[in-house]
Amino acid sequence: MQQAEPEIIFDDKIEQEIKIEPKDWMPEKYRQTLIRQISQHAHSEIVGMLPEGNWITRAPSLRRKAILLAKVQDEAGHGLYLYSAAETLGIGREEMYDQLHTGKAKYSSIFNYPTLTWADIGAIGWLVDGAAIMNQVPLCRASYGPYARAMVRICKEESFHQRQGFEILLTLGKGSKEQRDMAQDAINRWWWPSIMMFGPPDDSSPHTIQNTKWKIKRFTNDELRQRFVDICAEQVKVLGLELPDNDLKWNEERGHYDFGEINWDEFWEVVKGNGPCNKERLETRQKAWDNGAWVREAASAFAEKRNGL
Amino acid sequence: MNEWPLWEVFIRSKQGLDHKHVGSLHAADAQMAIENARDVYTRRMEGVSIWVVESKHIHASSPDEAGSLFDPANDKAYRHPTFYDLPDEVKYM
Amino acid sequence: MESILDKIQLPGSHPAAGIIHYTLHLADNALVIAHRNSEWCGHGPILEQDIALANIALDLVGQARNFYQYAAALIAENNLSSITITEDDFAYLRAADEFKNFLLTEQSNGHWGTTILRQFLFSTYQYFLYRQLQHCSNEHLAAIAQKALKEVTYHVRWSSEWVIRLGDGTAESHQKMQDALNELWPFTDELLTGGLASAANISLDDTLIKTEWTEKITSVIADATLHLPTSRQYVYGGTEGKHTPHLTAMLKDMQYLQRTYPGVEW
Ligand SMILES: [Fe+2]
Ligand SMILES: [Fe+2]
Repeated sequence: MQQAEPEIIFDDKIEQEIKIEPKDWMPEKYRQTLIRQISQHAHSEIVGMLPEGNWITRAPSLRRKAILLAKVQDEAGHGLYLYSAAETLGIGREEMYDQLHTGKAKYSSIFNYPTLTWADIGAIGWLVDGAAIMNQVPLCRASYGPYARAMVRICKEESFHQRQGFEILLTLGKGSKEQRDMAQDAINRWWWPSIMMFGPPDDSSPHTIQNTKWKIKRFTNDELRQRFVDICAEQVKVLGLELPDNDLKWNEERGHYDFGEINWDEFWEVVKGNGPCNKERLETRQKAWDNGAWVREAASAFAEKRNGL
Repeated sequence: MNEWPLWEVFIRSKQGLDHKHVGSLHAADAQMAIENARDVYTRRMEGVSIWVVESKHIHASSPDEAGSLFDPANDKAYRHPTFYDLPDEVKYM
Repeated sequence: MESILDKIQLPGSHPAAGIIHYTLHLADNALVIAHRNSEWCGHGPILEQDIALANIALDLVGQARNFYQYAAALIAENNLSSITITEDDFAYLRAADEFKNFLLTEQSNGHWGTTILRQFLFSTYQYFLYRQLQHCSNEHLAAIAQKALKEVTYHVRWSSEWVIRLGDGTAESHQKMQDALNELWPFTDELLTGGLASAANISLDDTLIKTEWTEKITSVIADATLHLPTSRQYVYGGTEGKHTPHLTAMLKDMQYLQRTYPGVEW
């Protein structure tokens, strides 16, 4: 079958690792895939502000307070960079918000778990940001230019997120028995959801093949997950704590850690909206947006009034 | 409802360098766009000067014309210093 | 409730008492309003402004830390405590009636416009205060003020523009801002009555601060098409530890971990 000329040019660019830029011709499915993935990613950043944001006012020292506030604020920035990247594909931010609020667009399920103790802030930084970074670093080479550039900026900013989380756990690990228990409990709760963040296993991941062909994705879900498990299995030793997996064992032959079965039923339940906090998170976002409507309208009206002179 | 317009942000990262496109944001007016750019894109001392321009005012060349616009510069090697063979004794040129 | 002040021997007659109290007052103002602003993180009207307000909160936490650290250093220098006092002890281990912040800073966030207006009223005060403080006889306070002045200059710019935008935006925003102004106005005169600085031997021209503040506020409020309340019903007491219930509630949240698990590192 003969391809139309623009399609040949497009394929050729992808093949040669030449970035696709906003005005370039691209297959409609590529555009749609990107919009879906980038907006989902953006939604994850801003919904992700909520569980941690819960603890900004309760951060136990002024240093931690400043760090956490800066961290959560960074996530707002990440959301903004990503919405901007998606906007180059011809969708507006309000439209994306609408998709989020109506449940049409998804966001990372991890943010539907509650933050019960201060140690959760440590576990999120170490595991959730850690898993996010593992996912995001290859995206810095994604074939779509604005997405790749947003990811470069994001990855640069992410570098302190994981460290601050690890440092929280390290401090708790060296602290009182109550603090150690708190840290272990947080790891127990966040570990499995974190490794689910890499998405379903390769054999049941519908988008992987096409996205790899388009060089939006560089590694499969399972490859990234394995890499993450290998790293965390070592890092947890430094904390003097444990990962909640009895099957976690170094496999000499594979050169990797073996790990236990993931409960995919739980994963799909949370994706479907039945996680512990799905409803609360969406309501909070919707409320913030609705409560801000008068502010946005006023600024528009003012701009028109004063600049129209 | 009318969404705040989109603005493109250009930042001079330090004195002596050009302004470089860093991304975009929404703002109701130019003043706000500059402040938003400051708050969003220079939190880590990334800049000393900001330009903002409403995205709709940017006119871009079309990728379809890239061939006719840029390829002709391809065969003018004589514009580049390495095109010229000079004896090694000639210094500082 | 245990208070860190029980571990500090600081009679009112001690030569360092004035400066320590004044430094804590400066710190408390910055911390309390920073904390209030930080409550918005993730809930702002649009991402760009969420980020903007977090920046202001971060500046103010930074200022608070500088002041608390200086107060802690004064305690150590003067051998006023047998234990080492830290910035966090002041923030996390004092009761509401031991805080010396102005009542304005602790008022709850209300809507976005209330928060903006509170920031504008306070930042404008802080701006004219720091402008003098940067030249005061205490070189530590002067240095902190000098550095913070750049931050505060931006806070004033950002918040005043927003007050004008919302005041002269839509009919709804205008009404909301006028209501907020009426609500916060009773807390403004406390900013201008000074008091703690002179006991610290820091000489400030309070009259000048009052004139400059009033001028700036009047012009911005006018530009915002709002009306300054004519009421002279003012409320005072923050600097003496007589606070509104808002502060108690805020501290309950803020100090929760330190109070629940005393004496550990975080
Ligand atoms: Fe992020
Ligand atoms: Fe992060």
